[in-house]
Amino acid sequence: MKELSHDRDCGQSCCLRVEKLSVKIGNDEILKNAELHVHCGELAALIGPNGAGKSTLLKAILGQRDYTGVIAFSQPGQRSKKPRIGYVPQSPSFDPSEPISVADLFACCMSRRPAFLGLSKSMRQTVKTCLQRVHGEDLIDKRVGTLSGGELQRVLLALALEPIPNILILDEPLSGVDVEGMNALMDMLDEIRKTYDLSILMTTHDFSMLPRYADQVALIDHTVVCKGTPQEVLSSEAFRRTFHMQGGSL
Amino acid sequence: MSIWYSLLDLLPVEMLRWDFMKNALLALLLMAPLFGILSTMIVTGRMSFFSDALGHSAFTGIAIGCIAGMSMPLGAAVLFSLAFSLLFSFVRSRSSQSADTLIGVFSSTAVALGIFVATLGGGSFTKYNRYLIGDVLSISPMEIGMLALVLVFVLVFWFFYANRLTLSAVHPQLASSRGIPVGLSQTLFTAAIAVVVTLSISSMGLLILNSLLVLPAAASRNVARNIKQYTLFSVLFALLAGIGGLTVSYYLGCSAGAAISLLLAAIFAVTFCLRKRVG
Repeated sequence: MKELSHDRDCGQSCCLRVEKLSVKIGNDEILKNAELHVHCGELAALIGPNGAGKSTLLKAILGQRDYTGVIAFSQPGQRSKKPRIGYVPQSPSFDPSEPISVADLFACCMSRRPAFLGLSKSMRQTVKTCLQRVHGEDLIDKRVGTLSGGELQRVLLALALEPIPNILILDEPLSGVDVEGMNALMDMLDEIRKTYDLSILMTTHDFSMLPRYADQVALIDHTVVCKGTPQEVLSSEAFRRTFHMQGGSL
Repeated sequence: MSIWYSLLDLLPVEMLRWDFMKNALLALLLMAPLFGILSTMIVTGRMSFFSDALGHSAFTGIAIGCIAGMSMPLGAAVLFSLAFSLLFSFVRSRSSQSADTLIGVFSSTAVALGIFVATLGGGSFTKYNRYLIGDVLSISPMEIGMLALVLVFVLVFWFFYANRLTLSAVHPQLASSRGIPVGLSQTLFTAAIAVVVTLSISSMGLLILNSLLVLPAAASRNVARNIKQYTLFSVLFALLAGIGGLTVSYYLGCSAGAAISLLLAAIFAVTFCLRKRVG
């Protein structure tokens, strides 16, 4: 693995440490010896070709995949305590005719009261508060199938922010979102990170926004091929090799 | 039952003077909410072909029960459908083939096995006709009691599992990231459909049973904007078609199941025309 100049102190400020991580699914070794440190308050982006193991790495961190190696969390003052992780999964688009409102989606995730009885007043208030965090109060009664890509990501983000997590993990939040929505979403993530003092780890195929928003970028291709600041990674030989040979472009 | 009979005697409705009509009405009042509720999740979970296949497997179970000389082939049918639904869930979780292909495999196998067993040793198929067409007018008080029991079970199950089922159906990744056992919820749900389908097969008939499991929710989706309306309309449509269909069958002398199914189709057509007005 080629380590670029990313040698900040990893003591107290390191929120998530991934060391010698390997994941096997059947006989396929999806990830081998991956190393990654995410610092507190940092936005880290994982890039890499399709099938390189980005989503698998996220799932291992979420505890949804068996792995060997170390995944350790620490918060300032309370080292190695299991943190709250908010997760925004890669999202299929919903069936446009699906009669499920945004409020219903929240109720299904957060409430024991069956959604077919309707939302209680207090639940509706909670949903409003959650949606306010992503400036989406007006989406509450919309059907999920009619949301645009950007609106759907904001709704899923609002779900992941309740309760406010220590680490926010997003899988391809920019796919299916238009350019305008993309900038709005990244601005919002930046704002949320500062307001709630949390770390963000996301995967993306969109490199254009990396220099502006990401503190750290890691290039994944069955391991962490290289990592560093966006400029360092995007101009690295490894990046050129991975994407030009795959036919990718900036 | 006698309370129900005397209650209906108070109504000045001609067709309800007959005990078999009173039984049929009660059975439909129990079945309609069952179908209405279950159909919302069948349609949301894109399982309409699966419930059709379950109907076929229930028929196979009945044929096996008859051959084995059981006086209550329904018991064998419930067991067979449950085994069928569990086996299907198991194979689906292990196979990379698409669900509709696997349903086709299971459905055709079940039908073939049913016909094979029913005609074994030169047996006549005629006695199984009533399971194909169904006759709600000949439902027995005991079968009504079983329907009532199943309705209570399904309502309790729904109260605790509806949210999880909905989330598992519309966004499995989100559901599992929220700690919902997606596989378990779906297996319980398929088991519930298996039991309901099997118990309704002799009154509704294998050939049209599935329309009752799909049409109420399909019509409701045309006009509903949230889960509350979706469930409410679906149950209402099923009730409306159930009572209407029974009335039509009494005066025209046709199969009640078919009349109910056609009324549901008409409701679907009406709601389809209204769908644009709902945002």
